[in-house]
Amino acid sequence: MPEITRDEVAHLANLARIDLSDAELDHLAPQLSVILESVASISGVAGDDVPPTSHALPLTNVFRDDVVVPGLTPEQALSGAPEVEEQRFSVPRILGDEQ
Amino acid sequence: MTDTLVAFDDVLASYDPAMGLEVHVELNTVTKMFCGCPTEFGAEPNTQVCPTCLGLPGAMPVVNGKAVESAIRIGLALNCDIAEWCRFARKNYFYPDMPKNFQTSQYDEPIAFEGFMDVDVDGETFRVEIERAHMEEDTGKATHVGGATGRIHGADHSLIDYNRAGIPLIEIVTKPILGAGAKAPDVARAYVSQLRDLIVALGVSEARMDQGNLRADVNLSLSPKGSGTLGTRSETKNVNSFRSVERAVRYEMSRHAAVLDAGEKVLQETRHWHEDTGVTTSGREKSDAEDYRYFPEPDLVPVAPSREWVEELRGTLPENPVAKRARLQGDWGYTDLEMRDVVAAGVVGLIEETVAAGASPQAARKWWLSELGRRANDAGVDITDLGVAPAQVAAVQALVDGGSLNDKLARQVFDGLLAGEGTPEEVVAARGLAIVSDEGALSAAVDGAIAANPDVADKIRDGKVAAAGALIGAVMKEMRGQADAGRVRELILEKLS
Repeated sequence: MPEITRDEVAHLANLARIDLSDAELDHLAPQLSVILESVASISGVAGDDVPPTSHALPLTNVFRDDVVVPGLTPEQALSGAPEVEEQRFSVPRILGDEQ
Repeated sequence: MTDTLVAFDDVLASYDPAMGLEVHVELNTVTKMFCGCPTEFGAEPNTQVCPTCLGLPGAMPVVNGKAVESAIRIGLALNCDIAEWCRFARKNYFYPDMPKNFQTSQYDEPIAFEGFMDVDVDGETFRVEIERAHMEEDTGKATHVGGATGRIHGADHSLIDYNRAGIPLIEIVTKPILGAGAKAPDVARAYVSQLRDLIVALGVSEARMDQGNLRADVNLSLSPKGSGTLGTRSETKNVNSFRSVERAVRYEMSRHAAVLDAGEKVLQETRHWHEDTGVTTSGREKSDAEDYRYFPEPDLVPVAPSREWVEELRGTLPENPVAKRARLQGDWGYTDLEMRDVVAAGVVGLIEETVAAGASPQAARKWWLSELGRRANDAGVDITDLGVAPAQVAAVQALVDGGSLNDKLARQVFDGLLAGEGTPEEVVAARGLAIVSDEGALSAAVDGAIAANPDVADKIRDGKVAAAGALIGAVMKEMRGQADAGRVRELILEKLS
């Protein structure tokens, strides 16, 4: 059964930019372990003839024609932005580097 | 900080280079990868966006079928297998250029895999193995405000335009390129150059490196000569010209060798390429922060191209550029050196069209390679964007062949064409450029030149025919260049024999 450690939860929280206190980590780590175990029990039910499933619908090749569909105006697009400058989304100084 | 570098030859004496090239091709679809927003270059910021490409809650992506078609055609042209079934995946990272906080990409199920491209380097063929070509989406464009140089360092905030976010990209990844040795920089350049030719021939991208339609990342490592191992690599991002690809490989080889010679370890890191100074600088160290937690994209169903569709697309592939080049070289009667020059200048297609419009291959080569190539260079534009059409070049050459222009006048016709003064014939008429074929006027000019230069005339009378050049020059000046120099020479020699 998968066991998720406190350190792993701290690492994932960091990757997800969620700030967790020590108390929260202590509280959440065992809970996540229980959730993972519950989900893992499904693999005990599925036989070798059941492939791993990522999609609920048995569909493939759902394509769109390459035709323009009207989108948002810049005003609409920027309406939810905390800061706007020069018709662009203004974001705090970026630490680290470009992808 | 300046890197310590080892001379290129000394690098090769001690180390074997290994390269990996990742090229992102921005497709020329009318709409984005997962939504119907337009992809036009240069639009006002945030005018080509919608809930899907802005990552707003509840927005549902749908795959652009045309982009899948282009991806398959690229894969086939690179001799790849095409997946019978593959999925998109979320690549999770927090960076404001991706508003969804993940990039929709492909992970372990690329649409195309296991291919190759034969690259021609100085007449030798080098096979570059292709690992995969997968579909993904481009990011938004960040402008950093407050920094002295517009770069991230020192910026106090950044402004994001999401017009580019979601434009279809195909990322083409090579397997490690081994055994290139001293030719590693040339192989890298030739690979990217030939890949661009292929993309252009397929018609799936504008493939303008200066506009970022084609972007190369260069991975490089060194290993002790003959060891057969792989060293630690650096990844130099966004190298955006063929020449820079070559220079970046050369630079990183020299830098790695210096690090290794000093007994230190090469850092596995991202490097930035600086076009102006020709050096790389450290970006970010690869660390466990780069844990993308890929998982299958639940909002997009798998892509399962039928074999019938794949074969139908195979039938649409253009002639392989390498084979085509060999055929054209034969048709045109160019030497290997001449062909290499026109390939390097990126004018093969222009010459092909000029020849089709009636010019001789040699004349077409001359105009595109020297005169027009120089003008494009001076103007800092791609030669295809210079504003002179192959048919116009053929028309100018026809006037030269017909005797109404010489090369010097033809250059002035190009001035007129670039200034938008109409067809070559109209420019000739408007600027009064046609050669004067009036024998009387020409004869009078020759007489004048002889009278003005008695010393030179005497030399020619004494048999020093080479001295005629000075008189021809004087006549051409008098005729304001509008004379047939060959006929002037004949007249001079006749009069002084």
